[in-house]
Amino acid sequence: MSFNGHGVWSIYRFEMARALRTLVQSLVTPVLTTSLYFVVFGSAIGGRMGEVEGVNYGAFIVPGLIMLSLFTESLFNASFGIYFPKFTGTIYELLSAPVSAFETVLGYVGAAVTKSVVLGLLILATASLFVPLHIQHPLVMIAFLLLTATTFSLFGFIIGVCANSFEQIQVIPMLVVTPLTFLGGAFYSIDMLPGVWKTIALFNPVVYLISGFRWSFYGTADVAVGISLTAISGCFLVCLAIIWWIFATGYRLKK
Amino acid sequence: MPSILTIRQLTKTYANGFVALKNIDLDIRKGEIVALLGPNGAGKTTLISAVCGIVTPSSGTITAGGFDTARAYRPARAMIGLVPQELATDAFESVWSTVSFSRGLFGRAPNPAHLEHVLRALSLWDKRKDRIMTLSGGMKRRVMIAKALAHEPSILFLDEPTAGVDVELRRDMWNLVRSLRESGVTIILTTHYIEEAEEMADRVGVIHKGELIVVDDKVALMKKLGRKRLALHLQEPLAAIPAALADWPLALKADGCELHYEFDINAEHTGVPTLLRQLSDLGIPFRDLNTSQSSLEEIFVNLVSDREKGSHL
Repeated sequence: MSFNGHGVWSIYRFEMARALRTLVQSLVTPVLTTSLYFVVFGSAIGGRMGEVEGVNYGAFIVPGLIMLSLFTESLFNASFGIYFPKFTGTIYELLSAPVSAFETVLGYVGAAVTKSVVLGLLILATASLFVPLHIQHPLVMIAFLLLTATTFSLFGFIIGVCANSFEQIQVIPMLVVTPLTFLGGAFYSIDMLPGVWKTIALFNPVVYLISGFRWSFYGTADVAVGISLTAISGCFLVCLAIIWWIFATGYRLKK
Repeated sequence: MPSILTIRQLTKTYANGFVALKNIDLDIRKGEIVALLGPNGAGKTTLISAVCGIVTPSSGTITAGGFDTARAYRPARAMIGLVPQELATDAFESVWSTVSFSRGLFGRAPNPAHLEHVLRALSLWDKRKDRIMTLSGGMKRRVMIAKALAHEPSILFLDEPTAGVDVELRRDMWNLVRSLRESGVTIILTTHYIEEAEEMADRVGVIHKGELIVVDDKVALMKKLGRKRLALHLQEPLAAIPAALADWPLALKADGCELHYEFDINAEHTGVPTLLRQLSDLGIPFRDLNTSQSSLEEIFVNLVSDREKGSHL
């Protein structure tokens, strides 16, 4: 047995079953929340905003809102997926099973990515009901969607492994990722920021993700799309390296 | 009998410096039932956790079926089933889905017939569609056993399987363990209940403060370390042990109505005939007599207290 495919499939299916059990929380809530953003920012306020970078404001915020959901849901799904067995004690089974680190991550992160991508596409479909959407580079859009969901799911997995309480699972998404997303150009172009703030904004990794994702929709970006792809790929590799270290040392998983 | 599990020089020192296991050497033979006894915190669970991959040993080697549990963990772990002490279950899952999950996790293709067999053997078949959270504590423990058996392990660890379960379930467990052994499964169980070890085990190991202080055939252990007691039911109560018998290890019990004499069953001369003769000479008649062998519990208590005093076996 060089690859435990049954093991990966079991973890994946277990995680997907959990999402189906909590369908309202997993899908309905984020879609409803995002719809509210479209109503408030897109239709109500956006009507007075005119266009940003030649794009209708309601349509301009779509990529940013999808990214916001992708970040928080990937983080939450993956961190909860691995933290919950730690919390209930059922982690013993995973640790005693003939599954490798790679297979464990593939099962948990694979399920989290699936859920996030499905959610991202659902929000996209919802958005198309409110604003006129045109995707110029659909393949790049899908690539960003997958790469971002995977990176943040890996990041979530790390949080889940390190967390000692449910509160700690919430801290990074709420206190770090959400502010960075709001400040990262989800609702505006960073070109609209005054002088020094624009420079500071470039230190925010989320800027690159939203900018690249928006480029795949409208062909306009705050930073070159190549830099965006490099940035997200870099984050992806950093998360992989941390997970490799966690399993190599057994950190927070084994005594 | 070939060894199915071999533990050599296993030591576990936790990050805080606590030494949970000290140079454990243990061979488990294929198809036997071994009971590990020891007080709380002795290291029983750490030993099991080290074998199963939940705790990383500080040093030493463990092989299961010839596979090193660190280097060839896949074939080694695939052989092992674990029922931990703590009740930890996926509350929202159904019984059927949780045992299916366990089987898949251990790399086995789905086999509904085997799962049905396991669930029926554990009286869980009627509950297979129920969520685990709706089951009683005893039923949850059965679910954990079913999970451990789902991948058809050849070595089964039961960490305190009958702690906090009712008498009926305990009897069921014992029957299950026996039937598993008959099907060729090797079983290692830890327990606080010495009568359980006495009832079930082929061999008994005693762990104390991280050391395996004895491991032996149960019958041999009881014979080797066991003492017998002769109880004489006197016709007339004695106020004190007569001075003529002062050299004998005697004790008066039941308000002087019973005279107890402890002797080593392995000794060349047990002293029983001589004692009876002396009693007769002293004119101390007795109505009845019986002998009893010390239980595993007494042996265990003696072993541990000997250790506490610093003496060695």
